[in-house]
Amino acid sequence: MMHTTDIDRAAAEAEAYNQREQWDGAASNAHPFTPGELDLSHNVILYLEDITVSFDGFRALDKLSLAIDAGELRCVIGPNGAGKTTMMDVITGKTRPDAGKAFFGQTIDLTRMTEPQIAHAGIGRKFQKPTIFERHTAFENLELAMKADKRVRRSLFAQLADDERDRIAAVLRQIRLEADADRLAGLLSHGQKQWLEIGMLLMQEPRLLLLDEPVAGMTDEETERTAELFVSLAGEHSLMVVEHDMAFVEALGGTVTVLCEGAVLAEGDLATVQADPRVIDVYLGR
Amino acid sequence: MRTPFTMRLIQSMPRTGWIALALFAAITWVGVPVAHVALPESHPLHLSAYSVSLFGKILCYMVVAVAMDLIWGYAGILSLGHGLFFALGGYAFGMYLMRQIGHDGSYGADLPDFMVFLDWKALPWYWAGSDSFAWSLFLAMALPGAIAFVFGYFAFRSRIKGVYFSIITQALTYAAMLLFFRNETGFGGNNGFTDFKRILGFAITSPEMRATLFALSAALLVACLVLGRYLVSSRFGRVLAAIRDAESRVMFIGYNPLHYKLFMWTLSAVLCGLAGALYVPQVGIINPSEMSPANSIEIAVWVAVGGRGTLIGAVLGAGLVNLAKSWFTMSFPEYWPFFLGFLFIAVTLYLPDGVVGLWRKLRRGRAPAPAVPPAPSGTPVRSAASGAADESGAPAQGAARGAAA
Repeated sequence: MMHTTDIDRAAAEAEAYNQREQWDGAASNAHPFTPGELDLSHNVILYLEDITVSFDGFRALDKLSLAIDAGELRCVIGPNGAGKTTMMDVITGKTRPDAGKAFFGQTIDLTRMTEPQIAHAGIGRKFQKPTIFERHTAFENLELAMKADKRVRRSLFAQLADDERDRIAAVLRQIRLEADADRLAGLLSHGQKQWLEIGMLLMQEPRLLLLDEPVAGMTDEETERTAELFVSLAGEHSLMVVEHDMAFVEALGGTVTVLCEGAVLAEGDLATVQADPRVIDVYLGR
Repeated sequence: MRTPFTMRLIQSMPRTGWIALALFAAITWVGVPVAHVALPESHPLHLSAYSVSLFGKILCYMVVAVAMDLIWGYAGILSLGHGLFFALGGYAFGMYLMRQIGHDGSYGADLPDFMVFLDWKALPWYWAGSDSFAWSLFLAMALPGAIAFVFGYFAFRSRIKGVYFSIITQALTYAAMLLFFRNETGFGGNNGFTDFKRILGFAITSPEMRATLFALSAALLVACLVLGRYLVSSRFGRVLAAIRDAESRVMFIGYNPLHYKLFMWTLSAVLCGLAGALYVPQVGIINPSEMSPANSIEIAVWVAVGGRGTLIGAVLGAGLVNLAKSWFTMSFPEYWPFFLGFLFIAVTLYLPDGVVGLWRKLRRGRAPAPAVPPAPSGTPVRSAASGAADESGAPAQGAARGAAA
């Protein structure tokens, strides 16, 4: 496949680079890097530079640049059509940018990878509309999402080990679905579906979580619990949350990025951003 | 703690399933052969050659239906070209049967009759090895498998789905039919292969051979059901069903749907090829009309009638429709296509889960199920599951999906 050769080439380049470092005798302060492994040496987990995406002449993203630190909890807000979902599509490999760079850590070039490869590298995504497997049970949903060897020949003979069962049970507790483990996911309430999808993300043990309107349709209490969960996840994981609910954004704390017409309009903590006259003009003021 | 594979294979089917299979095996491996070979024709339980061949043919169709259900019912990929794989298996084995005629053809020549008729002097290169039983059997699996693999690889890689995929498979089998109709292709043109005499030196029309082929077809069906049961109850099967229901989510949790679809698709084609190889000696003829689009559509109708997503449904569907067909084509031959079309529409509209779905509904009607579906455990999950989903109407439902597929 096309991408394999790309990865091979990247591997060869990495190898050559490492060797050069050694010859230069500079290996002591340089960090050798392993292809495919997340390199957080500069403390940046996601780096987007000048990303441009056009659909039939419409610029969904216009030279978007954005960086997220390891362990950060970042909120992204912006009016409809600002390019929030397209940005997530670019990061997860669903859409290829026309121009620009997208790096996961220092070394992983997201623009050359397929969706499953990106998922394996450690980026998990939650969609705006809960997408779970409605005809599988909640338990099975988590089982399928679990970090494991996901090739055909493995899943033909896969069995759940005891520690894997424990892990699923732990996540079921975390998302408060222990009692509904054997229910069909399609029969869960909307809020529970959202939680199940978050649980599926956690099962993947991703380093970066992309969450597209995770509290849409949740009750106030569920929203509050979700905020608690996210805050507890930050640090170990990095999170990027797209949300319209300002109370939720406030509860999360952290840096807020405002997108508008496919580019970053403002960035800072919520109070600063809310005071920005440009932001008030395009978004908050209305 | 790992359970040995054989145990898991046994556990993948509920006990009633194994009992039913054992009964089926007893009837098809002992009952029918004895009734056909050992009992005199005057005996009331004697089975005629016609019946044994008819049932043997239907057994092969059932295998095709199971193969179709694995890819359509469980992976959500509707193929309208499965007749091609079936026919290719039939042709591959038919080449062997043609070679076994030897000098007993009407021209008494070294070459099959149709080649003599075309004034060919030697066998075309692709007939090499066709006098070997093992090679032909291998070819009957490998040829459909290889074509399905290559076709599937490009189709699934380009993310061709739903009705587009179905139309392409339809075109594929149609193109193959046109190719096989040509005399120059080297497969007997529109007459195809017929007048078979022997398999491994034994006369093909003897009652013993007929009973053996019948028992082998039944064995293939049993093997397909056991294999299918294992597949759909493994994690592989759950991933496959997840691809059917929400493919993008499957990708974002790190599975490559291409590999899963391709595996199931190729395996399905191989099973069809094997069924075709057993079908041809039992009906005594293979010609390009087996590749006609209508035949492939009929396969889909069997599965729809029986109930998609249940292996037993595919078997029942193939049995019911084909028995109805043999009755219809004897009594009112001209109305069969109308009946088939009517059946497809009626099933899609009123019985989205087929005969099996109807049976479940009736059983539920007698003993009302609790509002909350019972905690699923083991294999009956999916059945209980899809039934419960029907009532709530929550997930994407049968008829809608049928139309979308």
